[in-house]
Amino acid sequence: MAAMTLLSTEGLTRSFGGLQAVKNVSFELPEGQIRALIGPNGAGKTTFVSLLCGRIEAHAGQVFFLGEDVTRLAAHKRIARGMAYTFQITSIFARLSLHENVALAVRRRAGRNLQQIDREVINALDRVGLAGRSGQVAGDLSYGHQRLLEIAMGLGQKPRLLILDEPTQGLADSEIEDFKTLIRGISAETTVLLIEHNMDVVMELADFVTVLNFGEILAEGKPADIRANRKVQEAYLGTVHA
Amino acid sequence: MNNKSKSLALHGGVIAALFALQFVLPAYHHGNLARIMVLACYAMGYNVLFGYSGLLSLGHAMFFAAGMYGMALTIQHLGFPPSAALLTGIAAAFVVSAVVGFLALRTTGVAFMIVTLMFAQAFYLAILNLGEYTRGDEGFVIQQADRIMAGVDLSDASNRYFAALILFSVCMAVTLRLVHAPAGRILVAIRENEERARMLGYDIFRHKLAAVVISGTLSGLAGAGYGLLFGYAGASFATVQYSIFPLLWVLLGGAGTVLGPLVGTLFMFYLIDLSSGLTSAYMLIAGAVLVLLTLFARQGLVGEIRRRFAPWLP
Repeated sequence: MAAMTLLSTEGLTRSFGGLQAVKNVSFELPEGQIRALIGPNGAGKTTFVSLLCGRIEAHAGQVFFLGEDVTRLAAHKRIARGMAYTFQITSIFARLSLHENVALAVRRRAGRNLQQIDREVINALDRVGLAGRSGQVAGDLSYGHQRLLEIAMGLGQKPRLLILDEPTQGLADSEIEDFKTLIRGISAETTVLLIEHNMDVVMELADFVTVLNFGEILAEGKPADIRANRKVQEAYLGTVHA
Repeated sequence: MNNKSKSLALHGGVIAALFALQFVLPAYHHGNLARIMVLACYAMGYNVLFGYSGLLSLGHAMFFAAGMYGMALTIQHLGFPPSAALLTGIAAAFVVSAVVGFLALRTTGVAFMIVTLMFAQAFYLAILNLGEYTRGDEGFVIQQADRIMAGVDLSDASNRYFAALILFSVCMAVTLRLVHAPAGRILVAIRENEERARMLGYDIFRHKLAAVVISGTLSGLAGAGYGLLFGYAGASFATVQYSIFPLLWVLLGGAGTVLGPLVGTLFMFYLIDLSSGLTSAYMLIAGAVLVLLTLFARQGLVGEIRRRFAPWLP
């Protein structure tokens, strides 16, 4: 049973000055998967997902989403087609309420239907456990809660593909447990592409892992295979499991 | 009372108070207030772009003047009746703001300030250069006979006050409507965090352009109204000074508040009026008060009230 391909890239390339941050990457993501994207610092992970959602422009290669070439589409148009992106460095509307933060995510889709917007906002906040704080100003939240608010904003968009850039960075262990439960719940309706440094999270959560190193795909496979892969250990895990 | 009805009650109350004031004010202040209301329209237009969208323009005099000259030139040279001339003024400001916005929004931040300033300077020089029609610096008077709109003589003080109040109410209604609408929320989102708004799927350029056009058109409406009510059009209204004024009024009153522009305009007008009665160095007093306000009420007068007492203020 082959799942439909949600997103793929062909020879995707991007350089900054002399540095090729992403080199000729061809990648395929089937619908319904939780895919982890791992690699050492500077491997090009954030650049790669930024190319996917259009935050930065590709120098060569193509991106296909839902079977269509979206390489030349502006970021907001790709988002409108069903991608959602949460930032590595928390990026919320700090001076607006939690409710308004998520409402901004919902409204583009839901238009002027106030009741529907309200319902979806509460629902999204509820799923990340922040429903009780909807009137609070987002900037007053703790860092961990701000990360959760980011995810709620992702959920509010009801995306086909949710891209999470290091969502567990800076979270406490207990928060990470909740996060894992949350992502498992989300994956029933949304494909998840996750940049992650925490290997426990990757091993436990991901269906499939892609390893980037120096802007190229070093290996791909199931979490257990990746863990056993020598090349990967040398490039990345070696430093963790010494 | 929920926030929306509180806001309606407050803003309706302000308009009612302005209406009532005309019966009690002495002639001098009566005339001032009419002028302040029209200038506050200009400040409200500026506030849409600066206060709600976070874009600092140094070229709004161009929109104000586009409205003023769009109105005045058609009366002067084409013999338009004042109502048609007013519409022409609004249309002129609409077109100028759409074109300038389209070009200037390719830049951001300081570059946006410089580009708008340069466009406005070019506009000002064009007015001077076309002195044959505009009479340049000297400007021209719009005759009383040309200021009778639908049988109402706008040069008459009480008619003028009433017309200014209508203009003010229209601008306030537009601003209130905008800030409560989804589009207004998106502008605030862009002001707060543009990249996040973009990555929520909003077309930033389109929304910013709409903000420039709404802001420019309201400013043009104010310019056309000012010329029509006070009977004069001159190039001094297109100078950089007239681009700085609305910035000051909005900063003083409270950027991103609906009432801030009125409060700021009123405050600044009477600050200069009163201090010039005391000394010829009135700008010194005005300057000192401005410095104090920026030190102790950084969000402007209404902004400070919102922060301390009334977070529901739109």
